[in-house]
Amino acid sequence: MNPSRRKFVKTALAGGLAAALPLSALKMLSPAEAHASIGNDKVRWAFVVDTEKCVGCGLCVKACKLENEVPYDAPVTRTWVERYVITRDGKSHIDTPKGGRDGFTSPKIRDEVIPADEITQAFFVPKLCNQCSNPACVQVCPVGATFQTDDGVVLVDRSWCIGCGYCIMACPYGVRFFHPVYKTAEKCTFCYHRISKGLKTACVQACPFGARQIGNLKDPSDPVTKIIMTQRVAVLKSEYGTKPQVYYIGFDERVR
Amino acid sequence: MTEQLIVHGLDWTVKDLFVYPNEFIYWSIQIVMYPYMTGLVAGAFVLSSLYHVFGQKDLQGIARFSLVFSLALLPTAMLPLEFHLQHPFRGINVMFTPHFTSAIAAFGIVFSTYAMIVMSEIWFVYRRYFVEQSIALRDQPGFGNQAKRLLYNLLTLGAFDVSEPALAIDKKGVKILAAIGIPVACFLHGYAGFIFGSVKANALWMSPLMPVIFIMSAVVSGIALCMLTYIIIMEYKKLQATLAKGRGDESVKELGGVEMDVITKTSRYLLSFLVAAISLELLDLIFRGYTAMKSWDILRSVMFHDDFINIFILQYGCGNLIPFILLLIPRPSIKRMILALVLVLFGVFMMRWNVVIGGQAFSLSFEGFMHYKMPIIPHSLETYKEGLFGALTVAAAPFLIFWGINKIVPSLQKI
Repeated sequence: MNPSRRKFVKTALAGGLAAALPLSALKMLSPAEAHASIGNDKVRWAFVVDTEKCVGCGLCVKACKLENEVPYDAPVTRTWVERYVITRDGKSHIDTPKGGRDGFTSPKIRDEVIPADEITQAFFVPKLCNQCSNPACVQVCPVGATFQTDDGVVLVDRSWCIGCGYCIMACPYGVRFFHPVYKTAEKCTFCYHRISKGLKTACVQACPFGARQIGNLKDPSDPVTKIIMTQRVAVLKSEYGTKPQVYYIGFDERVR
Repeated sequence: MTEQLIVHGLDWTVKDLFVYPNEFIYWSIQIVMYPYMTGLVAGAFVLSSLYHVFGQKDLQGIARFSLVFSLALLPTAMLPLEFHLQHPFRGINVMFTPHFTSAIAAFGIVFSTYAMIVMSEIWFVYRRYFVEQSIALRDQPGFGNQAKRLLYNLLTLGAFDVSEPALAIDKKGVKILAAIGIPVACFLHGYAGFIFGSVKANALWMSPLMPVIFIMSAVVSGIALCMLTYIIIMEYKKLQATLAKGRGDESVKELGGVEMDVITKTSRYLLSFLVAAISLELLDLIFRGYTAMKSWDILRSVMFHDDFINIFILQYGCGNLIPFILLLIPRPSIKRMILALVLVLFGVFMMRWNVVIGGQAFSLSFEGFMHYKMPIIPHSLETYKEGLFGALTVAAAPFLIFWGINKIVPSLQKI
């Protein structure tokens, strides 16, 4: 081989390596990470549900469906209310007819009336997206159509979602579904269009008993933050490591 | 009421006891077909590689066929996903903005890498044939022949050198590609298992064994399908020879002999992969029962009550045990082989079914169940796509494609 050519190859290799080293020392940021690093870090939305106050009227579900244009009679919903009836034998009887939209006006649970003297406990548990800090749904989206905002809310881009359903499968809470009209993954957004303008979510506004509250975790004077800091609260299914941000007062281990 | 009809999953999900309102069987028959088809692709390729890489001479007869067949199966691994997507035209988004924390995001990349490997390997195997065809067709008159010649000219990619050293390079190319292809094929399928195994919300799916189980059963199904198709084609050839020359003719006997030889030898590989697959599946089952985590109660009631027939009778019994015995009995016959192979294919299909549908048979609340009623007669596009006929379309596609490809690259003649 021509010695000058060998020298050239050697120098080129060494130069290439030298150039690559400092490049690899830099961290590559994804657009989302870059945006998050300069974004708004003063807000982290969180939710408190006081199950002691919920009476199962279903106004929250109604309000949500109307506000967020989820077809009213379709059996899917962004938020719902579950009824728990615990009997003497320790069994839980759980139901949520139409997501609790029309309230729980009948004592029947799946065509079965439980005698009043058999009941030891009965309560309602409203459910909605937990806007997890470590959302499994965002992790599994193959196209990045679902994402987490700087203030902690998980949203879906309807123009980019391919409708594979992987996020629906990945959510341990069953809050996701396909929108019957748009055919894309759909979920509770904490009414992002409202809270980002300083309004309350539709369900919070509709609740006559103050069972639902939304607030900013990063603001120590926010009533929601105060509750989470000072009271005994629990989250749903913490074993999945998703770090849910909907906190429950009056939680029971039988809640699913 | 009209709004209710377009809720995805409503048509085929029957809920029992307490199920969250948004829970339906979102992943239905097409998601059963998807790992089944990718499994067949991977298995067919691994079978051909056993010959090309490890020089398993006994597989020579089936290696070329299974390579071409894996190319025919390739597009059909994507088909069920397209059928399943709510927005099929956006499927390409996976290539535009792959979100790499998702197991599905790698699909486009792994899949196209694999497709390129298979196609290049076929090119190396058939290059000499392309050149020969091009030369043979040179002086043939007629538009059809010239069009064919143009096609073969294009397929040679301009490499007309068929000297000994050039062919030796071809051979080396095949070997290298087949060697790279094995891990890629396993990856292609292993990650299909990862798609399920990594869903922590699903108590039945979440298991680190899932990818390995998927690879093993993929190889089993791939080998079985290759053997079965091989038998059918050889039987057809035998029939043709019998019709032309009579039953006792030497060529008919020869075909029969070759066929039996290839099949018995390949069945040994099938058996060993079958043993591996069953052992892993049983390990997974036993481990779940022994550790008895929170989800075991609901899993047990699904496995031993609702899905008992599907899992223990159809999958393990008919799909594993019976063919295992049939393959082990000495003095194999073609009829018994066909029965065993059909049962093996059915068993792997039932395994996919029990994973995909079985994983959605219980509510995330662990307080209720969902039953899948597969749409048979379609009454809308959705019930066609996610019903029996959609699945049959997917199942029939590789044979149609193979028929087309085999016209250009004959995988069953000695060349």
